[in-house]
Amino acid sequence: MNALDFLPEQIKDEKTTARFYHQAQWTERLIFELSQPGQRGVLVPEVEPEILAKDPDPLAALPDKLRRKQPPALPEVSQVHVLRHYLRLSQETLGAGLVPDFGMATSTMKYNPPINEQLARSPKLSELHPLQDERTVQGILEVIYRFEQILKEISGMARFSFQPRAGSHAIYTNASIVRAYHAARGEAERRDEVITTIFAHPSDAACPGTAGYKLITLYPEECGYPSLEAIRAAVSERTAALFITNPDDTGIFNPIIDKFVEVVHTAGGLCSYDQANANGLLGITRAADAGFDLCHFNLHKTFSTPHGSGGPGAGACGVTESLARYLPVPIVEFDGQKYYLDYDRPDSIGKVSSFYGMVSNILRAYAWAMSLGADGMREAAEVAVLNNNYLMKKILEIPGITAPYAEGKRRIEQVRYSIEELTKETGIHCLDFALRMADHAAHGFLSHHPFVVPEPLTLEPTESYSKTDIDEYAAAWSKVAAEARSQPELVKTAPHQSAVHQVTEHDPFEDPDHWAITWRAYQRKAKVRDASK
Amino acid sequence: MPPNEKQLGLIINPISGIGGAVSLKGSDGTSIQERARALGAVPRAQERAGEALRPLLPFQGEFELITYPGEMGADAAIVCGFKPAVIGKITSGNTTAADTQRAAREMQAMDVDLLLFAGGDGTARDIASAIGTQTPVLGIPTGVKIYSAVYATNPRSAGELAALYLHGKAKELREAEVVDIDEEDVRQGVVSVILYGYLRIPFRRSLVQSLKSSSPPSEQYSTNAIAATIIEQMAPDWLYILGPGTTTRAITDRLGLAKTLIGVDVLQNHQILASDVTEKELLSLLNQHPAKIIVTPIGGQGYVFGRGNQQISAEVIRRVGKENIIVVSTKDKIVTLRGQPLLVDTGSSTVDKLLCGYVKVVTGYNEYTIYRISS
Amino acid sequence: MPSEEKQVGYPYIANSVPQVKEQMLREVEAESISELFEEIPDRLRLHRKMDLPQPFLSEYALRRHVEGVLAKNVSTQEVISFLGAGCYQHYVPAVCDEVNSRNEFLTAYSGRAYEDHGRFQALWEYQSLMGELLELDVVSLPTYDSYQAAATCLRMAARVTGRKELVICQPIDPAKLSKILDYCRPGLEIIVVKWDAETGLIDLAALERAISAKTAAVYFDNPNFLGAVEIQGEQIAELAHQQGILLVVGADPISLGILASPATYGADYVCGDIQPLGMHMSYGGGHAGYMATRDEERLVQEFPTRLVGISPTVVPGEYGFGEVAFERTSFMKREGGKEYLGTMSNLWAITAGVYLALMGPKGMTEIGQAIITRARHTMEQINTVRGVKAPYFPSAPFQEFVVNFDATGKSVAEINRALLAQGIFGGLDLTRSFPELGQSALYCVSEIHTLADIKRLVNALKGVV
Repeated sequence: MNALDFLPEQIKDEKTTARFYHQAQWTERLIFELSQPGQRGVLVPEVEPEILAKDPDPLAALPDKLRRKQPPALPEVSQVHVLRHYLRLSQETLGAGLVPDFGMATSTMKYNPPINEQLARSPKLSELHPLQDERTVQGILEVIYRFEQILKEISGMARFSFQPRAGSHAIYTNASIVRAYHAARGEAERRDEVITTIFAHPSDAACPGTAGYKLITLYPEECGYPSLEAIRAAVSERTAALFITNPDDTGIFNPIIDKFVEVVHTAGGLCSYDQANANGLLGITRAADAGFDLCHFNLHKTFSTPHGSGGPGAGACGVTESLARYLPVPIVEFDGQKYYLDYDRPDSIGKVSSFYGMVSNILRAYAWAMSLGADGMREAAEVAVLNNNYLMKKILEIPGITAPYAEGKRRIEQVRYSIEELTKETGIHCLDFALRMADHAAHGFLSHHPFVVPEPLTLEPTESYSKTDIDEYAAAWSKVAAEARSQPELVKTAPHQSAVHQVTEHDPFEDPDHWAITWRAYQRKAKVRDASK
Repeated sequence: MPPNEKQLGLIINPISGIGGAVSLKGSDGTSIQERARALGAVPRAQERAGEALRPLLPFQGEFELITYPGEMGADAAIVCGFKPAVIGKITSGNTTAADTQRAAREMQAMDVDLLLFAGGDGTARDIASAIGTQTPVLGIPTGVKIYSAVYATNPRSAGELAALYLHGKAKELREAEVVDIDEEDVRQGVVSVILYGYLRIPFRRSLVQSLKSSSPPSEQYSTNAIAATIIEQMAPDWLYILGPGTTTRAITDRLGLAKTLIGVDVLQNHQILASDVTEKELLSLLNQHPAKIIVTPIGGQGYVFGRGNQQISAEVIRRVGKENIIVVSTKDKIVTLRGQPLLVDTGSSTVDKLLCGYVKVVTGYNEYTIYRISS
Repeated sequence: MPSEEKQVGYPYIANSVPQVKEQMLREVEAESISELFEEIPDRLRLHRKMDLPQPFLSEYALRRHVEGVLAKNVSTQEVISFLGAGCYQHYVPAVCDEVNSRNEFLTAYSGRAYEDHGRFQALWEYQSLMGELLELDVVSLPTYDSYQAAATCLRMAARVTGRKELVICQPIDPAKLSKILDYCRPGLEIIVVKWDAETGLIDLAALERAISAKTAAVYFDNPNFLGAVEIQGEQIAELAHQQGILLVVGADPISLGILASPATYGADYVCGDIQPLGMHMSYGGGHAGYMATRDEERLVQEFPTRLVGISPTVVPGEYGFGEVAFERTSFMKREGGKEYLGTMSNLWAITAGVYLALMGPKGMTEIGQAIITRARHTMEQINTVRGVKAPYFPSAPFQEFVVNFDATGKSVAEINRALLAQGIFGGLDLTRSFPELGQSALYCVSEIHTLADIKRLVNALKGVV
């Protein structure tokens, strides 16, 4: 079955707005395979003869065992070939800059404005050492401080720390703060349980778990969120905190979130709001309005900093005034005249990361916020929600696809669909569907585990993309669903138009005798296998 | 036959599914079969078995297909294009459960790598009682009653999974419950699911990951983690009444003990105090020691009491007390409930009512959920 | 609605066009956008406009504003800096920036190994290139920074051994120690061993007293926080392994072209920061923590971070990628979860791969030699300044060393202020974090410091004291 068999039809059909796509396919060698002895990629500045003359063997002071015996077996590649190699690899990567990345849902793949990239790479930031005298970094401290004020207004919280370098990192930090709070009251041992929901990000369970807490996870009712009864049954004198998202990854908003918070507060616990899904709420509702004690934002989601192939991101932890004392140290303060780093915080949980966090992303986020202002951010939220509900309407027109829970209700900024009916009819599972969507230049995030929504696929359009983008995307889904019915083989064996053919063996990833995380391991194990043949 | 060549066994229950089309529930018992045939029902087993075999056809040179004569497998295999090795003897047109069991035993004796069967819960039950978990088995769903967890999602998937398994690409096996409905009860309007035992089935995980999310724990990991939590909380001298189920069995596994497959066992101080106990024995033990009950939902409907663990009777539960009941379940199992509550049917409506409400369920290491019980 | 009144066509919000919004609203059968928020009850709403600064709607105005604020900074480009202490100033080759500005790498996230094949290959190559540097077969994708890498390796060691005590050897960055305490506190006990007062290196006798059969791991940095190369690695490894303790060593990768990888003298885990390999300092924004170990199933299974694996595909010469040990199958120890997973630092991993590919074996050797040579020269020259002692300890440095100013009668703060006025960032003031060293500072030298730069420092110091 050749995907090209499909091509003539597609070009002929005016109505299909899904355009043909084939990923760049270089069959690019591994960097080690490009090695040519003697080639150099970049030369190191030479040490002046005056210095060398006085110290010909600088390693002589060290014992032999500490001197490297052989240079590292790195490849020798000319600069030309290194650049070419990575440019090709970048072409074989489906960045969100290339496509409306609805399919990478829950990650809020919105537009990453190049201006912010340029500003972050300005030498006035990129060449700052984090331990410079504060007088020499008033500019960046001002940016951090100003951005804190912006987040305070957006969330209603009293103080922020930007030290966490990702969202999960921020959740962990909040869990540490919760622990410090209860420890100060002599209740840390007793309060060893955290409550969360199954539709929240797995880190809302895993991070408190890493911090030593036991987890109680609540399942949703038909409305999409747990019942008040359930949370009442979950709290006790052992409750340390509630870690929850709202809306959840299904896009369903829990309208009684403040009642949940009340239940937990009554039991003596704190409430932490994972605002990973804040993109549809900017200017509309705030963490403080629901009574939360802590919250966190992902700057690489809501605030447009780029995802970087998997980081670095940045997390911002916000807390109420009474919890501010526990925030990681230092905090940027302003005394009316100058900015400074306040280390005099005896109740702080200490450090959670090097220096002050991913500062370049704070700058990007600040620039984004300052390019939009209150009106612009509200517009972003409203359009994100409009885009999502519009996309939902179109997707649900495709037979075999549903949006379980809260049927008939509006969603906020994303939707978790189920193709279970399509699966029953055609045998095509959600992963098959997602892989066929890869042939249409799309990612396909299913769901975090476990799959409460059966045969899930989640979509998050954000505010960045146009109505045409949405129409085309929905047309692509419609096409794949039709293929599932008429040409299931094509869908089952997708992707066909990707950079690489399918990897069909489990062993290279599951079997310790086979797996190869490095080139040296690959070569070593291949030799062993060849020898035993 | 070359030593590396795999062997695939095939058993078809020719009359499974016959009752469904004409709304008779299940096809056990000759009178049902006669009634169904009289109503013009055509058994679909052959057709569905054929669908399952088709994905295996391209590889037929790589394995030997072993089956029973005529409508118990050979016909479907030949029609599909295979040249099976046919063993055993049947009376065509009049096959029974005994034939299925014999076939399974004979194929196991031949050490087949995988046994494919086409049938419903009744067939699964027959195979389980004949060979237990010795040989990996996979069900081609053809019956009306398919409550057991031993089937592929559809006939074609069964064939695909079998192919992967024979190629060594779907290596993992797990134990799946074989349950069955008491058919007479059903026809009277009552559904009661009984746990019969376990079969070991292959399953396939996705190869394709994205480096974003945490990997899901395997069932083995999950049950082990649950067991670790339970064991950590065990108090000296207390009795722990363990109901049947793979999740409860993980507790005894982790302690290095052997649990009765479908019976109720009692632990004390990390040792087995009593095996496969009756209600009477339990009540006697309760006179001497404080106790906790550890149960897991059995069968697709999520019964924690009343299906497969009736020895833990209403009286036993009453004596132990609601606060001493621990429910364990993997998250995947909870998800299969589709939001429906866990169920209880202890035989006493008072005790049932006592158990209703929210209960804390152990789902992992120091991981819980709060879930509703209903009756 | 405030936003609709304004009717700004926001460049980042393609559908912020009234006609388009109307059309879409019609399709979703809503009169206005506010209907789409009907699930959010009134009592939870913010009933006023957010009180935020006026935006800079034009890109020009935004740039002018931000650049204006940043102009208040003095960067290391404008001065000579001798700051290190966990963030290092090395030359960043242009190709590194070129690659990590590629929009595809910048904006990708976590697609699968098909759509994101290039990303997977670049990340696997990072693992492989680091593997050669470290002489280890297993390198995971990086975590946030060296603090997290150390903390995670320590928790992994605890899981692998089933033990609860961690022994950390001074001298260590107090900030790193603080992080380790916060992260390892749940369930684990941390014992800190003081350094040898004579050498500034690890006090072996004290270490031996501190470890026991309850110890999961021993940790030390090499070079240590005060700059000295720890030379007792082999003995420490032996002490540890005798009692079934795992050895975790933090190493600066830029040193490994000339210094032996800790794996060769017995480290079970090697970790640290890859910031020196092609990342700008960015006020602390360039960090990523590497972690590596041997290729043993037991150790591999414990990584919370991802491990990319390689496999040939059906096409000869073509490679595909995936994730190794994806499914957690072994629940062995009491500590249940394997920490957590989320966004980490992959763009820096790709960059470090580019850096190592550009440098090659000769480059890594040359840069190591350049650094140590310049550091030793600087140290020797500083020592000629009256009242100044460098190094404080007799131990050999790699790139950093402690300079003591006690005999000058001046404080480090005073000296650094005076140096600042001359366009020099002096070494990190250690008086508060390491009071036992008196008026001392941590000076860092790299391949970017020319002879002229060093002369300038020395002359400035002569003038200041």
